[in-house]
Amino acid sequence: MNLDFTQIVPYIPFMLEGIWVTLRFVIIAIIIGFLLGAVIALVKISDVKVLRWLADFYTSIFRGTPLILQLMFVYYGIPQVLGYDISEFLAAILTFGLNSSAYVSEIIRAGIQAVDKGQKEAAEALGIPYRQTMVRIIMPQAMKNILPALMNEFITLTKESAIVSVINYLDLMRRATVVGADLYRNFEAYLFVGLIYYVIVMILTLLGKLLERRLSQSD
Amino acid sequence: MIKVESLYKSFGDLEVLQNIDTTIEKGEVVAVIGPSGSGKSTLLRCLNLLETPTDGHIWVDGEDLTVPTTNILKVRQKIGMVFQHFHLFPHMKVIDNLTYAPMTVKELSKQEAEQQAKLLLSKVGLSDKEQAYPNSLSGGQKQRVAIARALAMEPELMLFDEPTSALDPEMVKEVLDVIKSLANTGMTMVVVTHEMGFAREVADRIIFMDYGKIVEEAKPTEFFASAKTERAKDFLDKVL
Repeated sequence: MNLDFTQIVPYIPFMLEGIWVTLRFVIIAIIIGFLLGAVIALVKISDVKVLRWLADFYTSIFRGTPLILQLMFVYYGIPQVLGYDISEFLAAILTFGLNSSAYVSEIIRAGIQAVDKGQKEAAEALGIPYRQTMVRIIMPQAMKNILPALMNEFITLTKESAIVSVINYLDLMRRATVVGADLYRNFEAYLFVGLIYYVIVMILTLLGKLLERRLSQSD
Repeated sequence: MIKVESLYKSFGDLEVLQNIDTTIEKGEVVAVIGPSGSGKSTLLRCLNLLETPTDGHIWVDGEDLTVPTTNILKVRQKIGMVFQHFHLFPHMKVIDNLTYAPMTVKELSKQEAEQQAKLLLSKVGLSDKEQAYPNSLSGGQKQRVAIARALAMEPELMLFDEPTSALDPEMVKEVLDVIKSLANTGMTMVVVTHEMGFAREVADRIIFMDYGKIVEEAKPTEFFASAKTERAKDFLDKVL
């Protein structure tokens, strides 16, 4: 069998650096996706028809086209039109953040609508303003119900982040390809970063479980 | 305190309230009774605008709720409401259920709000449940917390929407006792209820509704002894 893991040893620091490169934009994309997704979710349940329609349209665009196309469009397409030379990093957080916000907005919308209508009425009857009602009464209850779905979205985003290798962003995935090309040995390099992705996702899963337990202390 | 004038409410083609006229004086306890679907709860929910009337006027302390310029949040601060299904905030401890609105809406300090909350909890007999979450309480305890939560806003008027209908029979009394003692403090109250004994004992006036209209208004003694309308007599025959 043609396997020699000692060959990749000198490249290990190079590949490990990719962890931070990947995590850095994944974390920012998750935050953008979550905050923007929450806002879009609120728009989707609002009374303003035009805004609702816009939010639905926005979601349909990001759900209806391939992620890799969106990334290429932002990285290669936008500079052509605007004459602005967008960096790989900015293109990555923009594409992944906006894409994720579309999915997150659907998750949060469903979560809010699943909260008992009486909760909103009780808050209204106490004279609590809309913003506080949403942020302090409705959202925390919605969050608890949608946490598994949200974690799923974050995990998907983390793994799909490997797509940025197509715009030569030196993330984990891209580094494995570079090492593979350098050594003419792909199996070892891909297996190595594959393990790293797996560990990152396991840690995320664990964090999700801990958070879930914390949120369910009121049961 | 409250004046309702030619109030109409429809849900689509369904007319739930038709031409309601009534007045509720300060300190008065009014029990609203009638068959299911007669519009009792809808009327109550119009009084704090949880339902928007289709037509007509509601004045609370001289302020017309149905004109768009009225600050409805301000009006609701004066009106406490207790629901059939409690609607406590499940992610907050009992004490936080009581302090959240006073701290957010009336900008009470945490200390002031907690002091008041503790006093109210002792009044409803639940001092030991301060740190509990609502899901660990019985139905009767939940409803007593809900009453205390409404009182924490120091309302001038309390609305009760079938406060005992979702309770196990042995828990009805503890909740009614709390409502009775509140009535004795001179609080203005409107109570939608199916508890005829309670209505007779506590109310100053009975409003009997059917098919979205007020059919009869009378003092409890008169109403229960000799209802004037056939519809009310028929209803009482069935429930008493």
